[in-house]
Parts: sequence; structure tokens; C-alpha cells
Amino acid sequence: MLKAFYHLLARDLRLAFRSRHELANPLIFFVLVVSLFPLAVTPSADLLMVMAPGVIWVSALLSVLLSLDRLFKQDYEDGSLDQLMLSPNPLVILVLAKVFAHWLLTGLPLVLIAPLLGMFMYVPDEAISTLIFSLLLGTPVLSLVGAIGVSLTVAVNRGGVLLSLIILPLYIPILIFGANAVDVASDGMSVRGQLLFLAAVLALAISLAPLATAVALRITASR
Amino acid sequence: MIDTESGKTALMLETRQLECVRDDRLLFTDLSIKLAAGEILQIEGANGSGKTSLLRILCGLRRAEEGDVYWQGEKVSQVREDFYASMVYIGHLPCIKGDLTTLENIQSLLDTRSQSAPIEEIDEALAKVGLAGFDDVPSKALSSGQRRRILLAFLFLTKAKLWIMDEPLTALDVQGVELVESMLMEHRETGGSAVFTTHHGMQLPCEMSSVTLGKGQGSKC
Repeated sequence: MLKAFYHLLARDLRLAFRSRHELANPLIFFVLVVSLFPLAVTPSADLLMVMAPGVIWVSALLSVLLSLDRLFKQDYEDGSLDQLMLSPNPLVILVLAKVFAHWLLTGLPLVLIAPLLGMFMYVPDEAISTLIFSLLLGTPVLSLVGAIGVSLTVAVNRGGVLLSLIILPLYIPILIFGANAVDVASDGMSVRGQLLFLAAVLALAISLAPLATAVALRITASR
Repeated sequence: MIDTESGKTALMLETRQLECVRDDRLLFTDLSIKLAAGEILQIEGANGSGKTSLLRILCGLRRAEEGDVYWQGEKVSQVREDFYASMVYIGHLPCIKGDLTTLENIQSLLDTRSQSAPIEEIDEALAKVGLAGFDDVPSKALSSGQRRRILLAFLFLTKAKLWIMDEPLTALDVQGVELVESMLMEHRETGGSAVFTTHHGMQLPCEMSSVTLGKGQGSKC
């Protein structure tokens, strides 16, 4: 079972590294959007500092949302998804492997580049670590919850709008707590509560989202 | 009720009173099939008569409105793991990744089934399907017929007892068709069974059962 997890993870990572231009898309999107704000709004440190947590979190969220399609689309179109569903291994484990690969390829790069963007946006030094931790806890949830939406819409042509409608309401709590944590940390207060909330949501998402995704995939396949 | 001549040997796959409805159209009802070890069954029928739907029901990807599929006497839903380990389904989609090489494609397909094969065995299978020397070529550089041949090599390596194939002859040339025929014969001799659909003529020098779908096709329900 672990082997199946590892093999699928390795396959997805290998496939992603074979088409690198796609790999860089979410990261470039994230950097571009955040760096446009100082140009469009104002370069003033006071204002940017106030906007920074929200801007960085919204950009990260949209960047993950745009990359979600990649999760199952290709496998659905070339028939590999059927083979995954006919595997003797539990589909939940395979889903978890695919979502983990997705997070490693989209969420993790965002977390790693975030401190730099935080500095662009005058996020105070003491809040940078909170920015990293909130994204580290939040982006896996975005991938996990996103997978449910993608598995429901993968068979729909141009299901992008539908996907956003399904997913965005579920993303909002993560966005609120994530951005709020950075905001509060900038004021030098404790963010224990916000981070614990994000961690709790992550635990919930890891245990339940793959189950929901597996069921949704079976429904999609039976059409 | 359509009943194929059931063999005297062990019963592999069985359906009882299957009914399939698609978009409010009844595709087939009361379909009972029996497939014994060493038996090859062709599903016939016009376009849209439900051949693919039937195959997807047989392998558990699709749910039948009525009726159940049985594997060696047990309901498939109860022996899922065992059934999936003994069955291989090849749909009309290639399930080949263009960015992976031939070898990697075969290995990842086998990994999905929790199987593995030594390199020599894979080379042998590739030679058999006429892809010797293509093992490190990215599959996007191959023709669609060659991609189907990768699937045939995979099929061969799974050593599964039951093959469920949807249009296995798509994109294959004359030699390819002969190859599938000889693979089926070999499979049959080792006690394997197969269910397939095709619009191409397939001549097997052995007894072959067939089921025709499409009677009462299109009736609204």
C-alpha cells in the first residue's frame, strides 16, 4: 500500500519535471501578481504593510486554484484514471499520493518564495515566520479540498467556473485565518490560535478530503 | 435472456439480470452472461448499443441499474481486491503518458496493479509486440498504433486471468491484428478468459461465444 503511494508519487513528480514550463506556472503567477501591487497601488511602505498579508494569501490561493486542473485532468483524458480505479490498492491512498505530489509541485514552492515576497511588501521581520507557517499549514488544505472539486468537475468541459464556485466557499476560512495570522503577527501579538486552527483544519482535510475525492472520482467514472 | 454456452470448466465471470440505462435510454436489460475459464466472448452491437457501458459495468467502473456481476461465484463488490488483481481492463483510451518512455509507461501501469516485472521480461514482451529497441523512447514520439502495442505488452505482463478489452484493434495494422489474435489464443490455452468488443473482423481459430446487444435499443424508460 505504501509502495503504491510511493510509486504514484514518483510517477507524478517525474511527469511534472518532464514538462517544466507547466511546473513554473503557479510560481510565476504568484510572484507576478504580488509584485504588481506596489506598482499599481502605491509603493508606500505603510500602505503595503497593511495590504501584504491579504495580497500574498489571495495570490497564493488563486495560484493553487489555477493549478488544480492539472491534478486529474490528464489522467482522465488519457484513461489512466480508470486504471487507478481498477487498482487493487485503496483509491484513497492513490488520491493522497496525487494530492501530495500536487502540493509538492505548487504549494511548497509558494511557501518557499513567500518570505521574499513578504520582504517586497514590507512585512515586518517578526511576521515572516508566521507567513511561512500559515502557508505551510494552509496550502496543503487548498490542494486537498481542491481535489474534491476537481474530481467532481473533471468530466465537465470548461468546468473552471464551476470548480471555482464549488471550491471558493471552502477556501474562505483558510484565507481568513491565514491572512489574519500574518496581520496579527505584524502587530507583534500571539498567533497561536490562528495557527492551531489552520493545523486542525489540515488534520481534518487529510483524513476526510481523500475519502470524498475517491467517492467523487468513482461517480465521475460511472458516467 | 442471452446465455452463452457455459463451459464445463470453472466459471470465471458471471452477470445476472444486468440492466443498463444511459440518459433515460434503456441500453439492455435482463442480460445474463456466463464466462468460463478458457472462454473468449465477443460483445457485438451497433454504435451506441452499450458495449462500452457493459464492459465498464463488468470491470466495476460503472454501476448497473439492476443486477450484479459475480467473480468466481462471489459478488464483485465483495471480492474487489481479488478481482482487480486477476482482471485487466483496456479501454479505448490509450492510458499512455507521452512524457514517459515506453519502459516507464509499462512499469507505472504495472505499479498501479502492485505488480512488477524484471527488465528482461519486459524486453521480451516488447519484442513480442514489435517494440524491441523502443524501451527508452518517449511515448509521444510513437505512433498511435505503437502506443496500443505498449498496452498489449502490458496486458501480456499482467498475467491476469481475465482480459476485458474495449476495441483492442483500434489503430493496429494487419500484423497488429494478427498479434492480438495470437495473444488471445495463447491466453486461452493457459486457461485465461477474455471479453472484448470490436468492429473489425477478428478470426480466431477456436470457438468463440458472442453476445449481441441492441435488441430493444432506444426504448425510453
